[in-house]
Amino acid sequence: MVKLEDYSSNIENQWCPGCSNFGILTAMKHALLALDKNPEEICLVSGIGQAAKLPHYLKCNFFNGLHGRALPIAVSINIVNPELTTIVVTGDGDCYGEGGNHFLHTIRRNPDITLIVHNNQIYGLTKGQASPTTDLWDKTRLQFEGVELEPLLPLATALLHGCSFIARGYAGDIKHLSELFLEAIRFKGFSYVDVIQPCISYGTHTASWYKERMYKLPPDYDFNNKGEALVKTTEWGEKIPIGILYRNDKQRRLFGDHFKETTFNGKLTELGFPPHKTIIEMMEEFR
Amino acid sequence: MIDISMIISGSAGQGIQTVGYILAKTASKAGYNVFSWQEYESRIRGGSNSYRIRISDYPINAPFVKADILLSLDKKSNEKYLPLLKEDGIILDEHQTGKRIINVPFVGIAQQTFRNKLFANVVAVGALGAVIGIDPDSLNKVISSQFSRKGEEIVSKNIAAAAEGYRTARKSCEGICSWILPKIEQQYYLISGNEALALGAAAAGCRFMAAYPMTPSTGIITYLSKHKDRLKIFTEQAEDEIAAINMAIGASYAGVRSMTASSGGGFALMVEGISLAGMTETPVVIVLGQRPGPATGLPTRTEQGDLLFAINAGHGEFPKLVFAPSDPKDAFHKIARAFNLAEKYQIPAVILTDQHLADSYFTVDNFELDNIVNKSYLADPDTIENYRRYQLDHTGISPALYPGQSQHLVCCDSDEHDEYGHITEDLELRKRMVEKRLKKFELLRHEIMLPEEYQISGAEDVFISWGSSKNAVFEAVDKLRENKTKVGAIHFTELMPLPEYEFLPEKNYYTVESNATGQLGKLLRIEYSINVKNHITCYNGLPLDQEYIIERFLHG
Repeated sequence: MVKLEDYSSNIENQWCPGCSNFGILTAMKHALLALDKNPEEICLVSGIGQAAKLPHYLKCNFFNGLHGRALPIAVSINIVNPELTTIVVTGDGDCYGEGGNHFLHTIRRNPDITLIVHNNQIYGLTKGQASPTTDLWDKTRLQFEGVELEPLLPLATALLHGCSFIARGYAGDIKHLSELFLEAIRFKGFSYVDVIQPCISYGTHTASWYKERMYKLPPDYDFNNKGEALVKTTEWGEKIPIGILYRNDKQRRLFGDHFKETTFNGKLTELGFPPHKTIIEMMEEFR
Repeated sequence: MIDISMIISGSAGQGIQTVGYILAKTASKAGYNVFSWQEYESRIRGGSNSYRIRISDYPINAPFVKADILLSLDKKSNEKYLPLLKEDGIILDEHQTGKRIINVPFVGIAQQTFRNKLFANVVAVGALGAVIGIDPDSLNKVISSQFSRKGEEIVSKNIAAAAEGYRTARKSCEGICSWILPKIEQQYYLISGNEALALGAAAAGCRFMAAYPMTPSTGIITYLSKHKDRLKIFTEQAEDEIAAINMAIGASYAGVRSMTASSGGGFALMVEGISLAGMTETPVVIVLGQRPGPATGLPTRTEQGDLLFAINAGHGEFPKLVFAPSDPKDAFHKIARAFNLAEKYQIPAVILTDQHLADSYFTVDNFELDNIVNKSYLADPDTIENYRRYQLDHTGISPALYPGQSQHLVCCDSDEHDEYGHITEDLELRKRMVEKRLKKFELLRHEIMLPEEYQISGAEDVFISWGSSKNAVFEAVDKLRENKTKVGAIHFTELMPLPEYEFLPEKNYYTVESNATGQLGKLLRIEYSINVKNHITCYNGLPLDQEYIIERFLHG
């Protein structure tokens, strides 16, 4: 059995004291513990930003790559070794801004990975510029007179492109968040959790601003209903729903299933070097 | 000695590629050395394009621009390519008649006999076959295999169309066509650079390729996708080149050999990823199929304009491998070597080709597959107690494991990192990590092959070339030496790191390059402090050929 301490990293944490990222880290450890995952069975993938530093603070395999590029890295790790629990940890700037194209196309692929977005609606590490989810006319340290771009609706975007598991959590509610992570990691296919993570240094909203507006989806909410989900994934402002917003229990084919069925079913690392015979046969076709 | 050059021309959509390929394949199967290349406009219909074939009974593999035979499927193409016909050359034409003109109404025959002008190109195949004196049965075999997937009826109609073209041309051939190509007991491979790269990657155990389509590199992933079941390679069309290289890096981190490919613009998008591979010490192979830039440039034509770009690709300082194979056989071996060296030194490797090498069909006598030495350079997890992905030791090469392989955790970071792969701001450690990475470069230098010297002894003037131009340059040397000109050549195919090599100060050096600024010359000046007397450059989008090189050498 895995113990919570098994995930402890002795690396000095660079987050601001009191940052809500700590809540996300704790929630993730609890979810992994509930899944009884050993550190070597987990692979975290991240890009750049404060959220992307999380893999350093949770003992496991990780690849901390470039700004916005965590998803393509995670997609191919999952293809080569589907047995690893591959989780992308990213922020709103990293995932929806710099990596927006990968966000769209990874949803289309449906790899068996989990995407966790620390959404604080601001660029924290670069000291307070607008992110793709900053609200309209919020003033920032670069958009002095307010943001004049409509905020992106990432959850609704995911829904429209066929994402089968969409949830929103709150970094301040660790128990609820770790349950969402647990469900997301367990889900076969691309699962996506956007986490409201108030930034205490540069955020345009305070934690209480979010708390006043957030509500948990009631038990009778039917998250299998795509129409309902479209309403909930676009709901923002006066009321902000958290919980599983959409889940498609009719399992979509996974990215790589076709390859498994037609070409090779296993870890690609098991293949080794090809026999000369195969290469010679291919060559002969050029004679 | 047989050395026939022909131009098959027409507009896009008329099927000149089919004509060219069938003829090239037939000559190759008959035991001849065939080299064929194409120059075409970036469009799907219309314009004026050509497919060039050179057939010989001795090894060449280089273009020859002046043609013995010109076949045009339309008037515009005839006018465009006529200046390239030798004085005693022969024209095959739909309408024209006259001395040294063989009148074959390709479209006329197709419409009259087959009620479909689509057969015009196969009528042309037959006509050309008659002109060069090729055995019709050999031609029919290739036609059959070319059209077999379209069904029996289409095959027999095409054979009939070729026979009609053959018969019509044969009548007018007498007295003017002296060529005859009887079957020789020799079996060559006819293969393009892209196909050879794909095969070489497969032979080296590549298991993953992601790419975004871009001329002229698309042929590599196309081949691997088509044959994924036999080769057991996962291929994916990425959403952009940034995703492509990151996917390749992710696959490599996860434990398999992986690659991507693009051309200039797409490669530009990959540059940050190359730097990531350098920092995380993740092996990855990137093919850069060059075409004329800047920006979109001439999408379907050739150039060697990205040498210094490839050498310098990636911000920051880190070791990298850059190879530029000279032909498909070399490409086959170079890419396999790149996979092995990239894994051994945990670095990115760039294979520089160009449209000329990527798309042209070359004759290969023997691939020498046995010379490919595959070796896994992964560490043995059982012998490691305290695993550190970036362990510092005297070689700079740390033990590589992949995640999930054992209980050892594999941690990689694009930030400067400590031995475990964790982010660090320890500036003393930063210095040691830089030195660790660069140390690998010095070790790698000892594995680099020397450039190939050709007719160098006694030469006063020496051409220095790189990549796909080798055969054209060597042919120019042969030609010049026939006239007692004391020339030789040095050809580079491994360009980063450069090997230790001595240039003799008494010789006059000329770089011969398909670019405008003499990029190899600049590189050699930096690395070897040599003075290059002049650059023979070519930047009109066409490949170098012996005549051009000789003309520029003799007359500036």
